[in-house]
Amino acid sequence: MSVLVYTESEKGKFKKSAFEVASYAYKVAQDLGTSVTAVAFNANDEASLGNYGVSKVLKISNDQLGTFNAKAYADALTQAAEAEGAKVIILSSSADTKFLAPILTAKLSAGYVPNVVAAPDSTSPFVVKRTAFSNKGFAHTEISSDIKIIGVSNNAYGVMENNVSAAVEDFNPSLGDADFTTKSIEVDKVAGKVSIADADIVVSGGRGLKGPENWGMIEELADVLGAATACSKPVSDLGWRPHGEHVGQTGKPVASNLYIAIGISGAIQHLAGVSSSKTKVVINNDPEAPFFKAADYGIVGDAFEVVPKLIEKLKEFKAQNA
Amino acid sequence: MAIFETINLKVPMKILVCISNVPDTTSKINFTDGDTKFDTNGVQFVINPNDEFGLTRAMWFKEKQGATVHVATVGGAQTEPTIRKALAIGADEAIRVNAEPTDGFFVAKQLAEVVKNGEYDLVIAGRESIDYNGGMVPGILATLLDMNFVNTCIGLEVDGNTATALREIDGGKEKLSTSLPLVIGGQKGLVQESDLRIPNMRGIMMARQKALNVVEPVEASQPTQDQKFEKPAPKGPVKLVDADNVGELVNLLHNEAKVI
Ligand SMILES: Cc1cc2nc3c(=O)[nH]c(=O)nc-3n(C[C@H](O)[C@H](O)[C@H](O)COP(=O)(O)OP(=O)(O)OC[C@H]3O[C@@H](n4cnc5c(N)ncnc54)[C@H](O)[C@@H]3O)c2cc1C
Ligand SMILES: Nc1ncnc2c1ncn2[C@@H]1O[C@H](COP(=O)(O)O)[C@@H](O)[C@H]1O
Repeated sequence: MSVLVYTESEKGKFKKSAFEVASYAYKVAQDLGTSVTAVAFNANDEASLGNYGVSKVLKISNDQLGTFNAKAYADALTQAAEAEGAKVIILSSSADTKFLAPILTAKLSAGYVPNVVAAPDSTSPFVVKRTAFSNKGFAHTEISSDIKIIGVSNNAYGVMENNVSAAVEDFNPSLGDADFTTKSIEVDKVAGKVSIADADIVVSGGRGLKGPENWGMIEELADVLGAATACSKPVSDLGWRPHGEHVGQTGKPVASNLYIAIGISGAIQHLAGVSSSKTKVVINNDPEAPFFKAADYGIVGDAFEVVPKLIEKLKEFKAQNA
Repeated sequence: MAIFETINLKVPMKILVCISNVPDTTSKINFTDGDTKFDTNGVQFVINPNDEFGLTRAMWFKEKQGATVHVATVGGAQTEPTIRKALAIGADEAIRVNAEPTDGFFVAKQLAEVVKNGEYDLVIAGRESIDYNGGMVPGILATLLDMNFVNTCIGLEVDGNTATALREIDGGKEKLSTSLPLVIGGQKGLVQESDLRIPNMRGIMMARQKALNVVEPVEASQPTQDQKFEKPAPKGPVKLVDADNVGELVNLLHNEAKVI
């Protein structure tokens, strides 16, 4: 009857979102008077999940699952849910999780609500708050099925420490050829670069930057801040930046702590995708740019003058606070 | 029988594109009936952008590989202009399941019935609808039908029964090999923005002659229900920092916002 949580890792190391979903699961388990069981695939340091309220870890060590495979992972999670008799399953909002969640939903005949931004409104009936209409609104959604799956938005609930001692058990799901009918051939990822989904800070450039040759300062700013780089839609459509960097309603959503928009006007489709970010900064030479209405801090000025100064000030700040 | 195994009989694919009818991206969002319903007043409805990329890719399969392309939506009669637009862009036939799409599982069950009856080899759906953003219909559909599934698909090639798909992952891309029957959750990348087609007069005229079959829904449960909606709290005014005093921004981000 425990609350099950899927804790994602990369190269054996838990992602920050794993601790966030574990924290969320602990809250739900408290409300339901039960405990949290985590499922970890090929991760190291499983016991560290105890810091975030996990009492039991089902440790899967399986080379076949070395590369993420949605169908096989969903099957393994289904078996774990069944073994634990779990009625509530907590997931993150990563691209991988959003790939496996609907498969898991169908396998368990569950009710699934993604993009959840807060602890449940209530657990009886089970109601959660989620974003809808591309962040232009929220819905309070009841899940009435026996098994409930919740996808927690990144950075929405936060990482909470709750120290319990985590018992680690080996778990060996039985997998067959049918789980591997879709195979990964090649993963193309820039090593050492923070992804938009995992970043605490995102630095984003728009058409105001005039051309791809001017992205050096954007990358330098991102570098100083340990941030991911992003861009507006026309910038990717023009081929100035890779499509994977396009954020907004039809691109990637951004839910970072800090979002810095440089030379971006703030069209409704752009704002819809980035509004979940906690603090928004805009740098634009047009004081009438709509982004100023959606931002927390702003500088009216020429990006080509402001950004180099900002980089310099941040370097000084870092040197002082190092 | 051996002879048949050596001949690669390439039967043209049958493709179903799932279309969700959504508010235009510029829509202002409001709620009515004590915040229990989306206010459609003055809202323009369009083909979900992710589905438009999928439909355009389907047109490529039609023109280059002789595929047949049908479109399906689960929705009331008010969705018909949107499906007509898909027919005007070039789909051969349309199916409308006459039910309100209030829950992703319910919608997937309805589409599963359509796919079973139509024996489609490839189902192109979108990564998510931009209204309720469930991002769940394609994956549930694939699993209900035991079809392969690739989500956040940004590239797709089909050769006979094998498919090569490109998927967007956090921080990069992944290339996958799979086989038909297949469902994808697609997005921009399947085709580029500049490949999208605006229906021309001839297309619109031809669409009037094409079949738009209305079918009644099958019995299915609805595990989730939206109880109430809410708009984000209004935002306070922006704090402006002088362009000559950039250090102040660093100070505010550190001491006030506490994000650096
Ligand atoms: C169906 C649909 C979906 C869409 N989805 C998205 C989406 O997901 N994401 C998205 O971003 N857009 C999306 N758009 C596009 C959106 O409507 C805008 O066209 C786009 O966001 C504008 O990008 P931009 O701000 O970079 O460019 P512009 O609107 O051209 O703005 C450039 C800004 O830079 C400023 N500027 C110019 N020079 C300087 C300088 N030297 N220093 C500082 N500032 C300067 C200008 O004042 C201006 O505000 C979508 C549109 C449609 C129709
Ligand atoms: N009512 C619907 N009718 C047909 N297809 C739909 C419907 N709702 C969702 N879909 C398809 O499923 C995709 C993902 O939608 P969703 O799960 O609602 O975010 C959409 O891009 C469509 O391709």
